[in-house]
Amino acid sequence: MAKIIIPTPLRKFTDNQSSFQATSGNVGEALNELTTTYPGVKGHLFDDNGQVRQFIKVFVGEDDIKDLDNNATAVESGTVISIVPAIAGGC
Amino acid sequence: MSNFSKQELERYSRHIIIPEFGMEGQRKLKEAKVLVIGTGGLGSPLLLYLAAAGVGTLGIVDFDKVDDSNLQRQVLFGVGDVGRPKVEAAADRLRALNPYITINTYNTQFHSSNALELLKDYDLVADGTDNFPTRYLVNDAAVIQGKTNVYASIFRFDGQVTVFNYKYADGTFGPQYRDLYPTPPPPGLVPSCAEGGVLGVLPGIIGSLQASEVIKVITGVGEPLVGRLYLFDALSFESRTLKFKKDPNTPKIEKLIDYEQFCGIEKPAATEAKKDNTVKEITVTELKALKDQGADFQLIDVREEYEYEIANLANLGAELIPLATVPANAERIAKGKQVIIHCRSGARSANAVRLLETQFGYDNLYNLKGGILAYADEVDTSLAKY
Repeated sequence: MAKIIIPTPLRKFTDNQSSFQATSGNVGEALNELTTTYPGVKGHLFDDNGQVRQFIKVFVGEDDIKDLDNNATAVESGTVISIVPAIAGGC
Repeated sequence: MSNFSKQELERYSRHIIIPEFGMEGQRKLKEAKVLVIGTGGLGSPLLLYLAAAGVGTLGIVDFDKVDDSNLQRQVLFGVGDVGRPKVEAAADRLRALNPYITINTYNTQFHSSNALELLKDYDLVADGTDNFPTRYLVNDAAVIQGKTNVYASIFRFDGQVTVFNYKYADGTFGPQYRDLYPTPPPPGLVPSCAEGGVLGVLPGIIGSLQASEVIKVITGVGEPLVGRLYLFDALSFESRTLKFKKDPNTPKIEKLIDYEQFCGIEKPAATEAKKDNTVKEITVTELKALKDQGADFQLIDVREEYEYEIANLANLGAELIPLATVPANAERIAKGKQVIIHCRSGARSANAVRLLETQFGYDNLYNLKGGILAYADEVDTSLAKY
């Protein structure tokens, strides 16, 4: 069971849940599990080609999935997947 | 090499006696020139701590004036500062805090046309702005001039801190903003503090961390937050530090661009040119006149319930239908008479009008120009502005 941490701006699409338990074996499948459970997340997380949008980063543990195996990065029980969108507030 | 007066030595003694910091660290602070963009929630603690710590030259850029709604978190300012230019009020406060430093104020918007000129006399930039176009502008200006950009941003209960474009001793640079986020989100997806709110103490926490990184970068003490993104969630009190690297696909930045356009924000002229995008409008004084005449109209408020609680136009018969629920409640909106739609400042209500016209065939809708804020300014000054 990998744990996906949902960022605040997406929580309105996850019934306000701050995390999601995925059973899949890699990051791409885990994110698909998330968007199947909460379809409202899909359009905000993925572009028209099914890629994670460029203003959102996905990390497995401490590492950017770009520096690992992208969506094919394996996840295990206890792995934490972080979805981190750009935020710009300073006011 | 800078020397310190007796007063300065006494003032900075708690720094100087730290073995890793010492006189050398304090001297580096005194010789440093830091440009702080934005004197809001992040800029407040950032400037207070940098001034208190003895950063020798602080530049402050902001075009805004102090507003009542700032005081919940912008601890640089007091009630007596409301209405004053922020850079002036900030400079007064910082000079009172530390008379041994130089404060330069720039009462202007940090913009492509002045960014390189403003930044050129400074060693380092600290970004405490509140919008994506300026975030990318600060990044690009720092990259072009080879300067470190100490970054922090906040949203509601979340904070992010990192050090972009860190200049290593060998002349190479750490990753920059565009390595982390190549492009911004589309306009409107991530609300600003004004729209989405922010826990008042959050910028105090995050801006203080930002100040700590500025001091570390200047003095060389410790490990600066380079290639690492620090995340703080005040709700769960969880923090994470995630790693990121330079991206070989990041284009080389050679000149500044139009950042509003880059972030997909249309200029007013471009909006006007798109005739199909305009909506019918009514002013707040016209609305008041309709009410006084006893005209038959319907008034719809498309803000959120928590905004309605701060101020509303219930005395004009306003019905609350938050924007996201408008399609589901379209049958509540009349077709046979004039319908006026309002929000806080007029942007969301214009979207509601467009949506109802295109998807539900309405032709009797009017957007209240300037929203409830304009009504509070021009008609009913007893309404709270937020």
